[in-house]
Amino acid sequence: MGGMRAAGDLVARMQMTRRMRLREAKQYVADKLGCTTRELSDPVAMEQIRLEKGLGTLPFTSSVHPDDPGMIEAKFNIAKLLDVPINCVERFKQRAGI
Amino acid sequence: MEARIPTRMGDGSLVEMTRSELEADLQAGTQVAAQKAKVPELTQDELDHLLDIYASPARFTAVDIGDEVVMTNDGSGTKHIGNRVQDLQSYEQVLGVDIIELWQIDYSYKAIKTNVAHEGQSMKIAQMLCTNPVQYGAMPDLGRYSKPDGPFDNWSELLPQGKIQEARDAQLQAADMLVGDISYVADHMVAAGADGIDFDTTGAAGDADFLAGLRACRALRERYPWLGIEIGMASEFVLGMHGQIEFDGERLAGMWPKDQLRMVQQAGASIYGPAVNINTGKSTAWNIARAITFIKPCMEIAEIPVHVNVGMGVGGVPTCVYPPADATSRASKAFVEILKIDGY
Repeated sequence: MGGMRAAGDLVARMQMTRRMRLREAKQYVADKLGCTTRELSDPVAMEQIRLEKGLGTLPFTSSVHPDDPGMIEAKFNIAKLLDVPINCVERFKQRAGI
Repeated sequence: MEARIPTRMGDGSLVEMTRSELEADLQAGTQVAAQKAKVPELTQDELDHLLDIYASPARFTAVDIGDEVVMTNDGSGTKHIGNRVQDLQSYEQVLGVDIIELWQIDYSYKAIKTNVAHEGQSMKIAQMLCTNPVQYGAMPDLGRYSKPDGPFDNWSELLPQGKIQEARDAQLQAADMLVGDISYVADHMVAAGADGIDFDTTGAAGDADFLAGLRACRALRERYPWLGIEIGMASEFVLGMHGQIEFDGERLAGMWPKDQLRMVQQAGASIYGPAVNINTGKSTAWNIARAITFIKPCMEIAEIPVHVNVGMGVGGVPTCVYPPADATSRASKAFVEILKIDGY
């Protein structure tokens, strides 16, 4: 689906954490993002949506956003948006005393 | 005279076949699988669809826009261009893979146990730098626990000597130790931030190997309700090296994908990965029809995502070091469009 170039990482998280089959996982993520399921694998549409919601984008030369969430920071927002625990985020909070 | 279409053999070699020859291979492939696994043959509509995919001379093919499925990769982070974490970043940012996997070259939980702190540190760094889910993967690899590599008598030597009970006892002892090793490694990876654990090539050493994977999965699910657990199989058929082992009262030996999936679901896994090995002497058309026939019954009862193993030597992809994109893309399209798989 394009991974974090689109929304494949988000759909994958629903398969992993809630054992959702593909159709259900896509619909769940699309509802959370307010987009269509087709847009989930569209990198053009998803770049904008990910920027708006702070879900992390590619650090390419033409789209570098060092002042926006990326990587571990973005996963804080992904966990909140999808309402699923992300292990490394929980451990980050615990170890950093947040 | 019928036009000849470039296509692949199971060993990857490029050959030419007519549409009629491809059609005959598709029919033969589904018939072979149906007879072996005692499952229905593919329908005429499904065979026609496969023929359309495999009788195309296109260099590359794909599903329709919007029909993409989740792609996970065992063996991402392979040090193609840098260290393993840099490769994981490449897999998510350049290749667009959905689930990435940290692994080490000695792809066995037994081997990783001795190096688990360093593997955990790599996982922790990967989690800081990657956005995609990162799972940790290795093989259960039960054979490693038999002499001379492990502590237990070698059942492959005991069986030809007629020492059936001794061989069975050794496999069960090995399975106990394997469950402990998988749990040990998984606990450390979870502590380092892993999103999931991949049991790759489960059942490679037969029914005791499969049992260990199922038991480890159930134990991990009880401890970590949110954890991604992927059980990928070694083969379409569970070998009965023990022959009498049961999980939840059902004998594991002889299970085909549908029953494998039932066990994997009961054990609490998140994702099931059926594997159908390639016959290198047959065409990819023959192989894809055979693979889809084996897997189709499990799609009809799946309650969890099914990620078919579609790669080097399995799932209709030739056994060769550089799998050609024409073959990989045809196999992927066939599985998605006919079986409605959840990923691969």
